[in-house]
Amino acid sequence: MDPIKVLTANIDKLNSTSIDVYVEGGGYEAARKALQMKPEEIIQVVKDSELRGRGGAGFPTGSKWSFVPKNAPKPTWLLCNADESEPGTFKDRVIMEKDPHLLIEGMIISAFAIGSNPMSYIYIRGEFYYAATVLDKALDEARAKGFLGKGIFGGSFDFDITVARGAGAYICGEETGLIESVEGHRGQPRVKPPFPAVIGVFGGPTVVNNVETIACVPGIIKNGAEWFKGFGTPKNTGPKLYCVSGAVKKPGVYEFPMGVNLKELIYDHCGGILGDRKLKAVIPGGASAPMLLPDEIDLPLNFDAVMKAGSMLGSAGIIVLDESVCIVDAVWRLAKFFAHESCGQCTPCREGTNWMESILDRMERGNGRQQDADLLLDMADNIGGKSLCALGDAAIGPVISSVKKFRDEYLYHVTHKSCLPETRRYRRLDAPVAAH
Amino acid sequence: MADLHPDNPYAPDRFADRSKAVEFPSDAKARFDWILTRYPTKEAALLPTLHLAQEQWGWISPEVVHYVGGLLDLSPATVFGVVSFYNMYNQKPVGKYHLQVCTNLSCMIWRAYDIYEHLCEKLDLTPGQTTPDGKYTVTEVECLGSCGTAPVVQVNNDYHESMDVRKMDDLLARLK
Repeated sequence: MDPIKVLTANIDKLNSTSIDVYVEGGGYEAARKALQMKPEEIIQVVKDSELRGRGGAGFPTGSKWSFVPKNAPKPTWLLCNADESEPGTFKDRVIMEKDPHLLIEGMIISAFAIGSNPMSYIYIRGEFYYAATVLDKALDEARAKGFLGKGIFGGSFDFDITVARGAGAYICGEETGLIESVEGHRGQPRVKPPFPAVIGVFGGPTVVNNVETIACVPGIIKNGAEWFKGFGTPKNTGPKLYCVSGAVKKPGVYEFPMGVNLKELIYDHCGGILGDRKLKAVIPGGASAPMLLPDEIDLPLNFDAVMKAGSMLGSAGIIVLDESVCIVDAVWRLAKFFAHESCGQCTPCREGTNWMESILDRMERGNGRQQDADLLLDMADNIGGKSLCALGDAAIGPVISSVKKFRDEYLYHVTHKSCLPETRRYRRLDAPVAAH
Repeated sequence: MADLHPDNPYAPDRFADRSKAVEFPSDAKARFDWILTRYPTKEAALLPTLHLAQEQWGWISPEVVHYVGGLLDLSPATVFGVVSFYNMYNQKPVGKYHLQVCTNLSCMIWRAYDIYEHLCEKLDLTPGQTTPDGKYTVTEVECLGSCGTAPVVQVNNDYHESMDVRKMDDLLARLK
């Protein structure tokens, strides 16, 4: 399969962030067209296109929009989830830094379709300072042209966007954590139901969509649902950005029709494994996705096929591990991440993620116990499905899959008090630790 | 009595005293007024206001907590609750250059720990501490969303991508 340039069509242009370059390439035509349509018609086209959310869950976008009640007592909100924090994921950043107007146009159309009130937010992670400045500048340009503000495009629809910066919390990428954060609170997820589509931010019906999802919308409106379905396979349609990182020769963001073969992506497009070493495992969908073994990677990267293989496409953040990576060390690093990012609200996740981190660390240090591998599985069983949001479930993904698939390596750590001879540890165990 | 929580901004001897009171200069105040117009509630302006305060004073001191609380009609405890939840709000002063090394999996494979350990050793720092001249603070941070150009080191607001120990040394030499 050859790479395509649909979502990334503009990123290599000179001054790709400027509104003039974007308009010259046919930009904002879809927004003009959409404003002439009825909101229900837009939702129907998006439903027909079978667009599924690119943030991780793969929920059909058109359906999500149609859940918004028509006569809610409070205003309806559109939030763009730009809190890209899943380890291994860096696709939304490309859109925001290189083609901000694509996102803005997508938001105008989405907001009109769901009947949004005149304000909306792009919730961007605080670390993306540069992307936030690019977006702010792009928003100013759009306002100056009358594409945002009162009566946009000379019509009767009022709409504006504010860039809301997060401040360093992975959990704010979770829909309701994001909503809490926009409201100015600690980003602790809410109990569902009520779902955000009914009661979300500031008490109103709320749609939260990922950057890449919204970036797909202008193309669908402009070229139609059939065009969009021309990419990929039924139920897994559209162009898709894949982020490849870790032990490959050419890491980066690659765009393909949904469903590029994982093996082909790694070996043909990313140049193969670093140092021509052997492949050990692949995490196909960001840190929370269970690992796949080398003999499991001959599969199309779409939501359903990866799910069938026992993992998930998630945010399409593909992390490649070669034979020199110690699995226990790699999983320890991910466990440390989840322990750090657990918001602390639910006991199983708050305590469990920390315990998993310490157990993995003690195995690395040669203090592992015979029963530790099973203890990890037991703990995972006590975290999964027992917390408000999906962070707990995310945290156990790499742990369960690695214990099941690399049990021998775990046991080797216990019996030999060291890593496998062919693997290396990337940190010094006597390295300084932060004082808390 | 021994101070059990030396970092607690609410320790009696650090409780905001009027002589240390802070106030936004006029340009920041204008920015704050603009922020207020962008949200339907005052409370929602808390995160951006804290960002603004940190740009102004470098960290969120107890006095800033009280000041921001006063601006937004929030209790200092509410403000501090938010400050302590989010990573990016500094709860103590940081150096002129805040060196934030991502060590998450993709960066780790591209040897981020070498950079991190090298920085701590070269600057003779425990992570989170600041050099005596107030120039550098080194912190280990979680995924910065730059895995394709790993390893990444964020200095204040700027990303430095595809780093290694030698490039880090070159960069350090430029950060005067």
